[in-house]
Amino acid sequence: MANVTLRNVRKTYTGGFEAIKGVNVDVADGQFCVLVGPSGCGKSTLLRMVAGLETVTGGEIDIGGRVVNQIEPADRDIAMVFQNYALYPHMSVYNNMAYGLRNRGMAEAEIKTRVEEAARVLELSAMLERKPRQLSGGQRQRVAMGRAIVRQPKVFLFDEPLSNLDAKLRIAMRVEIRKLQRRLNTTSIYVTHDQLEAMTLADVLVVMNGGQVEQVGNPLAIYEKPATTFVASFIGAPPMNLMSTRPDEIKSQLGGAAGEAGIVGIRPEDFVITDQTPAGGVALPLTVEAIERVGAETFVYGSREQEDQRVAATPGELPPGEIIVRIPGTEAPAIGQKIRVAAVRQKLHLFSGDGRKRIEA
Amino acid sequence: MQKQAIFQSKLLPYALVAPQLAIVLIFFYWPALQAVIQSFLLQDAFGLSTSFVWFDNYIELFKDPAYFEAVVRTFFFSFAIAISSLSFALLLAVMADKPLRGSMLYRTLLIWPYAVAPPVVGVLWIFMLHPSLGVISRYLRAAGIDWNPLLDGNQAAGLIILAAAWKQISYNFLFFLAGLQAIPKSVFEAAAIDGARPMRRFWTVTFPLLSPTIFFLLVVNIVYAFFDTFGIIDTMTRGGPGTSTVTLVYKVYSDGLLGGNLGSSAAQSVVLMIMVIVLTGIQFRFVERKVTY
Amino acid sequence: MVEDEGIRRYVAHFILWIGIAIVAFPVYIAIIASTQDNALIANGQMSLLPGGHFFEVYYQTIFVGTSGSTREPVGNMMLNSLVMALAIAIGKIAISIISAYAIVYFRFPFRMSIFWIIFITLMLPVEVRIYPTYKIVADLHMLDSYAGLALPLIASATATLLFRQFFMTVPDELLEASRIDGAGPLRFFWDTLLPLSRTNMAALFVILFILGWNQYLWPLLITTRDDMQTIQVGIRKMITTTDALTEWPIVMATAVLAMLPPVFVVVAMQKLFVRGLVETEK
Repeated sequence: MANVTLRNVRKTYTGGFEAIKGVNVDVADGQFCVLVGPSGCGKSTLLRMVAGLETVTGGEIDIGGRVVNQIEPADRDIAMVFQNYALYPHMSVYNNMAYGLRNRGMAEAEIKTRVEEAARVLELSAMLERKPRQLSGGQRQRVAMGRAIVRQPKVFLFDEPLSNLDAKLRIAMRVEIRKLQRRLNTTSIYVTHDQLEAMTLADVLVVMNGGQVEQVGNPLAIYEKPATTFVASFIGAPPMNLMSTRPDEIKSQLGGAAGEAGIVGIRPEDFVITDQTPAGGVALPLTVEAIERVGAETFVYGSREQEDQRVAATPGELPPGEIIVRIPGTEAPAIGQKIRVAAVRQKLHLFSGDGRKRIEA
Repeated sequence: MQKQAIFQSKLLPYALVAPQLAIVLIFFYWPALQAVIQSFLLQDAFGLSTSFVWFDNYIELFKDPAYFEAVVRTFFFSFAIAISSLSFALLLAVMADKPLRGSMLYRTLLIWPYAVAPPVVGVLWIFMLHPSLGVISRYLRAAGIDWNPLLDGNQAAGLIILAAAWKQISYNFLFFLAGLQAIPKSVFEAAAIDGARPMRRFWTVTFPLLSPTIFFLLVVNIVYAFFDTFGIIDTMTRGGPGTSTVTLVYKVYSDGLLGGNLGSSAAQSVVLMIMVIVLTGIQFRFVERKVTY
Repeated sequence: MVEDEGIRRYVAHFILWIGIAIVAFPVYIAIIASTQDNALIANGQMSLLPGGHFFEVYYQTIFVGTSGSTREPVGNMMLNSLVMALAIAIGKIAISIISAYAIVYFRFPFRMSIFWIIFITLMLPVEVRIYPTYKIVADLHMLDSYAGLALPLIASATATLLFRQFFMTVPDELLEASRIDGAGPLRFFWDTLLPLSRTNMAALFVILFILGWNQYLWPLLITTRDDMQTIQVGIRKMITTTDALTEWPIVMATAVLAMLPPVFVVVAMQKLFVRGLVETEK
C-alpha cells in the first residue's frame, strides 16, 4: 500500500512540445484518483509517466515514499490495465495472469493460488485455458484486470480501460472496478475522458487541460465549485451555461466582490421557468428553439433575446445566444414559445473575464 | 518507421544486427565492390600485372557485337516470356475467379509448377521436344516441320521461351487471382446493371482495375527472365546452337568459365547490376503508387 | 457476383482443364519415362503409358546413380539439397528476425544506416556478382562446403523487411505490458514476439525452402566434388554426355525426385505458401 505524489512533474518532448507543464497531485494510500480531461490534455502521458513508460523530464514522482523517476516499470510495484488490454494473444488466460509472477521468480504453487483467486473474484474460473481471442470484450477486460490484481501491487494504473466496451457493459464494469478497488484498498490512478465515469469513480478528481491541472478535489466539491470555466463546462452534462457580462452590470446586480467577474455560469438544472425574478438572482427571457424529451427530464434549448447576446467566446462554451435548461420530464414548452427562466443567487457561478479564476461573492 | 515503445540498451541492438550485417558485408558488399573495382582494371595474359584502364573494359564490351546481341536477345526473351505467360495466366485466373464448383481444386492444380526448379523445367521440356526421341517431336515431324532445336537457333529460342513461360504461369496465375479477388464484386454487378456484356465487362472494368497487378507482374517476370532462365538455358541448350540462346547472365557465367578476361566479366556484372537496380527502382515507384490507388 | 449462364460455366471449366493439362503434361511424361526402358526411349519409341521398370529405375537412381556421367547416388544429392535448403531457410529467418527486432525495438546510433545497408541487398541477386562472390568463398576455403553453399544466399533483406513490417503492426501496449510484467528485451522477444511471429516464420520458411531447394547457378559454381552436388546440379550433369549415352529413365526419375519435396510443400502447405509468396513480394 502506498501513496503517490507528483511534484511539479513535467514532460517536454525532444521537439520542444510541452505535454505536461508542472503537475502537482497527491494521492493518499488506498484512494481512487481519476485523471479526467479532453483528448490531448496529457492525462494518459501523466499516467504513463507514473508507470515508467514515459521518461520524466522535470519534477519527481514518488510512490510509497520512494522517488521512482529512474526506476524500471517492472520495479515500481505497479500494475496497469491498458485501453486495448494488451493481452498476450498467444497465451491462455491463466498464463496471461501468471506471466508477470513467473518473471519475478514466484513459486508455481503460489502463482496458482493467486491466479485462481483472481479468476474466482472476476468470474473467469471457467475460462482459464482459453486464449484471449476466444473471449468477449468484457471478459478480456476482466483478464486485464486479473493480470493487475494477481501482482498485488502498491498501485493500480488504469488507462481508459472501459472505452472499448459498449455502453451497458461500461456501466456494469465501472461498478465492478469500484467495488474491487474498495475491497482490495489499493491506491489507484484512473484515466478517462468520460466525465460521468470520472465523477462516479473518484475519491480524488483531477481535471486536466492543456498539460496542466485545472482543479483537484472531491468530485462533488468540484461540481459545486468549479475553479475555472473549463472545469465548469467539462464537469456536468449537459454543460454549464456560461455568459459573459459587463462588470458594472454584475456589480449593480450582485454587488461587492462580484464586480471583478466577467462571466456568469448557471447549470441547466438550476433554472426554473417562472415569471418572477428571485431576489439577487437572474432572469432570462428565452425563445424555445429545440426540445429533447428523454423521459425523466426535458432539455430546452433556447436563444436569448437581442440585448443579452454578449456571450463569452472561449472554447467549450455554449454557442452564442444558446442556453440549455433542464426541467422535469413532465413539462415541455412548445417550440417558438417565449419563456422566462430564472436562477437564484446561490446557484450563480462567477468567473473572471478570462475564465481562469472563480470569484466568491 | 519506428515504434514509440522501445527498449533501452547500448550493446544489445548491435549484437542483434551483427550476424546479418557480417554476412551482408562479406558476401554482398565486398564482392559487389570487387566487381566494380575489377571492371576498371586490366590484367595481362599471365595475370602478373594489372593496370588501371578507366572505362576501357566497358568500351570494349559495348563495341563487342556478341554482347550487343546478348542484350537484345535478353530483352526479347524477357518480353516474350512475360507476355505469353501473363496472358495465359490471366485467362486462367479470370476463369478460376468465377464461382465454379471445385475452384479450390483448380487453384491447387495450377499453382504447383511454381515449385519446379528451372533446370528441371529445362530437362522436362528438352525431353518432350528432343529432336530424336521427344514424344512431341514425333508429331511435329509427322506434320512436316523440320524440328531440331539443337541445330536451329530460332527453334532453340522458341523452346526456351516456351519452357520459361510455362514455369511462370503458376506464379502469375496466383497473383492475378489474388488481384481479381480483391476487386469488390459489387463493381461487376454495377457494370452488369449498366448493361455491359461479359467481354465488355472484362475490358472496361476488370482489366483497368487489374492494371496495378499487371504492371507489377510485368516487372517481376522480366527480372525472372533475366536471372531464373539460366537454369533452363543451361540444361536445354547451353547457350547454343552457336550463341543463339546466350542471355546476359549466361554470358557472364560462360565468359567467366573460360577464365579469360576478368575485367570484361566484371564490367558485364556491373552493367547487369545497373539494369537490375533500374528495374527494381521502377517496381518500388510503382508499389508506392499502388498504395494510393 | 454476376451469375454466368450454363454455357459460359462449361467454357470456364473447359479452359481450366486445358490449363491444367498444359501445366501437368511435361510432368506426366517425366513420370512415364521414369518407368520405362532406356533403349525404347532412345529409339524414340517411348510409350505414353506407364512401363514396368518403376522400382528398378528408382532404386538405381536413389542408391546407385547413373552408370555413365556422375555415378553419384541421387539420394546423396537430395541430402545435399535438403541441407542447403534448410540452412538457407533457417539461417535467413534467424538472422533476419533478430536484426529486424533490433531495428524496430531499439534506438541506437547508425540504426538507419544499418537498415539501409541491409535494405539495398534486396536489389541485387547473387547472379550479378557471381565470380567475385566465388572468389571470396574460395579465399575463405568454403568451396565444396555447406557453409559456402548457404551463406552467400542468406545475404538478402527480404526476410528482414517482412519481419520489420510485421513488428510494426504489433501493438505497443504489448511491449509496455511486458515491461510492467518484468520482462526485459530478450525475454519479450522470446516469450511474446517470437510466438506471435510463428505464422509469418512458417510462411517465410515455406518460400525460402523452395527457393533454396531450387538454387542452381551458385551450387553449380562452387561444388566441384561429386559428393557435394545438389540434385539440380546433378540432373544437369546427367545429360552432359552425348545424347546416345544419356540414361533417360534415370534422368526423369531424378527430375521427379527433384520436384517432389517442393511440390509437396506447395500442395500440403498451400495457405502458408500463398501467404509467404504474397508477403515476400510486397
